[in-house]
Amino acid sequence: MNLFFWHPWLIPILPLAGALLNGLFGKRFPKSLVASIALFFTATSFAAACAHAYTLVHSGAAVLETTYGTWIRAGNFSVDFGIYIDHLSLIMMLVVTGVGFLIHVYSVAYMEHEGGYYRFFTYLNFFMFFMLTLVLANNYLLMFVGWEGVGLASYLLIGFFFLKNSAANAGKKAFITNRVGDFGFLIALFLLIQHFGTLRFSDVFLVASNMSYESTAGFLTAIALLMLVGACGKSAQIPLYVWLPDAMEGPTPVSALIHAATMVTAGVYMVCRSNAIFSRAPIALLAVAIIGTLTSFFAATIGITQTDIKRVLAYSTVSQLGYMFMAAGVAAYSASVFHLMTHAFFKALLFLGAGSVIHGIGGEQDMRKMGGLRKYMPWTFWTMLIATLAISGIPPFAGFFSKDEILWQVFSSPHGSKIFWVFGVITAFMTSFYMFRLIFLTFTGEYRGPKPEPHSAHGHDEHHGTPHESPWLMLTPLVLLGVLSIVGGWVGIGNRFEHFLDPVIQKVSTEQNAVQNGEATATPVSEGEGAGSESKSTENMLMGISVLVAFSGLGLAWFLYVKSPALPARIAAASGGLYRLVLNKYWIDELYSAAIIGPLIAFSRVVLWQTVDQKAIDGTVNECAVAARDVSQIIRQQQSGLIRSYAGWVAAGAAAVVAYMVWMGTR
Amino acid sequence: MIPISWYLLLSAFLFACGVVGFLIKRNIITLFMSIELMLNGVNLSFIAFATRLGTLDGHIFVFFVMVVAAAEAAVGLAIIISVYRTRETLNVDRVNLLKL
Repeated sequence: MNLFFWHPWLIPILPLAGALLNGLFGKRFPKSLVASIALFFTATSFAAACAHAYTLVHSGAAVLETTYGTWIRAGNFSVDFGIYIDHLSLIMMLVVTGVGFLIHVYSVAYMEHEGGYYRFFTYLNFFMFFMLTLVLANNYLLMFVGWEGVGLASYLLIGFFFLKNSAANAGKKAFITNRVGDFGFLIALFLLIQHFGTLRFSDVFLVASNMSYESTAGFLTAIALLMLVGACGKSAQIPLYVWLPDAMEGPTPVSALIHAATMVTAGVYMVCRSNAIFSRAPIALLAVAIIGTLTSFFAATIGITQTDIKRVLAYSTVSQLGYMFMAAGVAAYSASVFHLMTHAFFKALLFLGAGSVIHGIGGEQDMRKMGGLRKYMPWTFWTMLIATLAISGIPPFAGFFSKDEILWQVFSSPHGSKIFWVFGVITAFMTSFYMFRLIFLTFTGEYRGPKPEPHSAHGHDEHHGTPHESPWLMLTPLVLLGVLSIVGGWVGIGNRFEHFLDPVIQKVSTEQNAVQNGEATATPVSEGEGAGSESKSTENMLMGISVLVAFSGLGLAWFLYVKSPALPARIAAASGGLYRLVLNKYWIDELYSAAIIGPLIAFSRVVLWQTVDQKAIDGTVNECAVAARDVSQIIRQQQSGLIRSYAGWVAAGAAAVVAYMVWMGTR
Repeated sequence: MIPISWYLLLSAFLFACGVVGFLIKRNIITLFMSIELMLNGVNLSFIAFATRLGTLDGHIFVFFVMVVAAAEAAVGLAIIISVYRTRETLNVDRVNLLKL
């Protein structure tokens, strides 16, 4: 073990160093140096993360916690700078640094022709720093710092092409929507301080472990629900998911890194991290599960109708995050984190593949203008196909294991319900359908894009003529992520992943469980075994159903988009209003702007701006100035410049003094 | 014996004459004389009270005032001559070069 990697604080600090170096001096550096700096600091951070993962797993300890000093001290309450590495943050840290590094490599080639090269890598490294702060913090406040920091980085990167109005607006939308969630998170922190007196994870969980199961709403439920609000903002769940599809205005590697693989999973991470609280608040858990289920379902329906390749993936991300919430909501935290990890692999791959497609055909994002790209870019096609198989839940690809685990947990967990499971299966079907729709529209059939123009007709950049395969620097990450998308799920075979996370998840005995346990001890052992084999067969049946559903989604997509390509338009026309409703994303954006944003702007304009600001505040200041001017107007008559009038006033004053003294004397 | 109030009335009258003269006249020399008149009005009060109270304090003050007035007259007249040489007038209202 290299001693250099021994300090856990290096993991987040290294990307920060890269960001500072590039941010302060990058403008004068050549592109290759900028890229080398960014890659070097990300790679070393990944290496350090690996070293710590090795240490943690082989030491057998549950947690490696290091504190570097006090940040805030107020009375008995104090917050430290500290790093907390357990099995959960270990997975997050490896995903962030590992996938992050691959996406850095990809960006080196992808961003080659864009302006602001150094700025891009500064932001990316900056994001890595905050994301690692988020997942490695040893208390909620430091986590909140990372939480806000990734929001900032996300804002900067969505609005990277800031000259484009839509990009600038999308950045603002993401930032403001996240503020709503952060508000909830912040209040949850205040409640934690009030009830626990500390924000340190280990202390909070220790105190929580002595608390009883809250079958009615109490303060744990309140804390959990407010945390859920925060998680909804960051992880793009109903009702705060609207920012994520718009976030696709950012460069594609950003969509892959921040808006698919890492940042948006922060909410899931937070819920899983706070499992000690959530497990004791069943009402909040139910809310998590309902929100997750609804989000995954609705986002999937929207995903079916979108034509922009990145937007399909964006809604797919929202939908998959809904899956993770659904799993967390039935207290299957390890299944949730498992899906988070596999999703990071295949969704990053999908986005990078989409980026490769967009790069290859000169910036076009509309799938209706693609098609037949398989022969132009075989590497992109095969890797994206792997990712699509993975996300659709087709064995033996990664998504199958995690998604199946979630569906099984949703079905069987004491917090779960068959209704969630039904929605989950329908969503799985839709996921498979829209993902293969994407593949078929993009890669099969004939190329529907503009015909390559005659050479140098408009002095066009030559390589934007015909579709072409991306450079190897972009393909290498695709291939590596493709491998991960295949093997990433195998760690879940035989519930190994679940047991890996066991030290992180607190076992909470609900009243329900307690009764069951009581029964279990009373019943003979043989019957218990019988129940076990029965649940095993149920599990296999459910597995069969989800595989069947995945293949039927594939089949339907093949039928509609390869076999009879005229049919989708006819179906769309036949379903009329419903189709338009879904195509327009249920008019949620319009609803929000009419119900919330419009009134808010009107209120701000009329009351805050025109009344409070212009009349009350500006009015007060202006009236003070006017009053001073008017009084001065009168008094300035005295300063006539005539010496004699001054002398007269002196004499009059003296006379007044004398008169006063005489009057006082004679009284 | 003349009562003190007479002296004081005369003193007040002299002082008032000085003030009025200072305010309404334009000639510098007249203004100068008005100032002297005021000073001497005050001197008269000092002397009257000193005699009445039988102390020397008032007398001493009067001497001081006379000394200062003499010095002032010397400086003042010098200024007046210099003003007249440069401006060729003794009207105070026209000596206004320092005004904006």
